[in-house]
Amino acid sequence: MSATPAIRLQDVTLSLDGRTVLDHLHLEIASGSVTAVIGPNGAGKSVTLRVIDGLLQPDGGTVQVGPHRRAFVFQRPALIRATAAANIALALGGLPRPARAARVEEALARVRLSERGRDAATRFSGGEQQRLALARAWAVGPDLLLLDEPTANLDPASTEIVEGLVSAMARAGTTVVLVSHNLGQVARLADTVIVLASGRAVEHGPARQILFSPRTSESRAYLAGELPWTPFVAAS
Amino acid sequence: MMQTLQEILSRLFSLDRDVLAIAWLSLRVSLTAVGIGLVLGIPLGAFLAVARFPGRGAAVGLLNAFMGLPPVLVGLVLYLVLSRSGPLGPLGLLFTPGAMIAAQATLATPLVAALTQQVVADARVHLGEQLRSLGLSAPRQAGAMIYDVRFSLVTAALAAFGRAISEIGAVLVVGGNIDGYTRTMTTAISLETQKGDLSLALALGLVLIGLVLVVNVAVAVLRRHAARVYG
Ligand SMILES: Nc1ncnc2c1ncn2[C@@H]1O[C@H](COP(=O)(O)OP(=O)(O)OP(=O)(O)O)[C@@H](O)[C@H]1O
Ligand SMILES: [Mg+2]
Repeated sequence: MSATPAIRLQDVTLSLDGRTVLDHLHLEIASGSVTAVIGPNGAGKSVTLRVIDGLLQPDGGTVQVGPHRRAFVFQRPALIRATAAANIALALGGLPRPARAARVEEALARVRLSERGRDAATRFSGGEQQRLALARAWAVGPDLLLLDEPTANLDPASTEIVEGLVSAMARAGTTVVLVSHNLGQVARLADTVIVLASGRAVEHGPARQILFSPRTSESRAYLAGELPWTPFVAAS
Repeated sequence: MMQTLQEILSRLFSLDRDVLAIAWLSLRVSLTAVGIGLVLGIPLGAFLAVARFPGRGAAVGLLNAFMGLPPVLVGLVLYLVLSRSGPLGPLGLLFTPGAMIAAQATLATPLVAALTQQVVADARVHLGEQLRSLGLSAPRQAGAMIYDVRFSLVTAALAAFGRAISEIGAVLVVGGNIDGYTRTMTTAISLETQKGDLSLALALGLVLIGLVLVVNVAVAVLRRHAARVYG
């Protein structure tokens, strides 16, 4: 892990539809690290990834993101009605045609979908779609990879394929930010963990420490599988 | 009743080359108008679905209203524009098939644009962020979304074709129903009705419905084939 932060959010606030979604969020993600963002449903994890990718502009605070070449695998894979190969090629507009075809082939092979390149992507199973979305992200050759629950629909074998590819990309120097509710996966992949609750980073540290000895009540509640407790919920 | 039906059928089978020529002209004019409507309407609709600017909502509302433009009014306005003293008078288009194409294209374009706007806006909900995240330029984002909804756009094209080939007001006003030159199926049906030759009018009506059916079936077959291959 190098010392230069790849991502720095300072005092970021964001409201959507009049509700505070990010609440003075601070976080720093080291270049070359694999950082897992965990926390209960609605904590703001997906929104945080969208802010990092520049898809959402915060109402306040500063967002600094170093890497320019970014790839985002969304919680719900967004594929166009076209072949699997065409969906990957979509991300490779800058490449000359033969290089693009080779890159598409290789990307499909990385997620074991080589035989499926000419099939309609929108008719893939949920798990196949997620692997395809990851293949597209790999094809971009990103410096920063944003993954929003990339194995939520996957069987164990597919999960292994995905985790293998993510690890390989991390070893090659890609900074990875991973949102996952799969704590085993977090333990396998991440070196750093950030716990989000109600739009704030309540804990941030080495994966091992947070997973095994969380310091805040929010982290402990989430890790113990308890329902998230907020004053709002308690009051209603 | 049986007798009239028989008469209509006998008129149908004795329809001569003039009728074929009229049917061909109708088809040519309406298909060309739809082609123009697609070329203009798809980019316009996609732009309104993707771009964000003040007045966009009003523009979309106006476009939706324009789907219901009265053909005869379009014909009248175009008549004024194309008439000898009008701004485009020097083109000499009035009372030519070209004028009829222009009139029907004016009816087809807002229909295609409004339906494109709707389906691209829907596609944008699940694709918009992904395409932006991939770093595609705005035109390429729009292109990918248009590609995504292409099967729905086929339906828009068919709706535009149905509107074009079945309208009479616009072609009558700017075409003039000139025998052998600008007479279309609808203007011929109207004329025969006025002359009292109802069985010929009905026979022509059957031909018109046949044309619409043939075009729709041909497109449906192509579409089903394409959907099977590309999802
Ligand atoms: N486009 C939007 N418009 C309005 N509210 C939104 C929008 N996107 C997210 N939100 C709200 O922001 C909050 C955080 O959402 P987010 O998707 O970041 O949660 P999450 O931590 O990813 O949860 P999950 O684990 O369920 O995926 C939620 O309350 C959600 O309703
Ligand atoms: Mg989420």
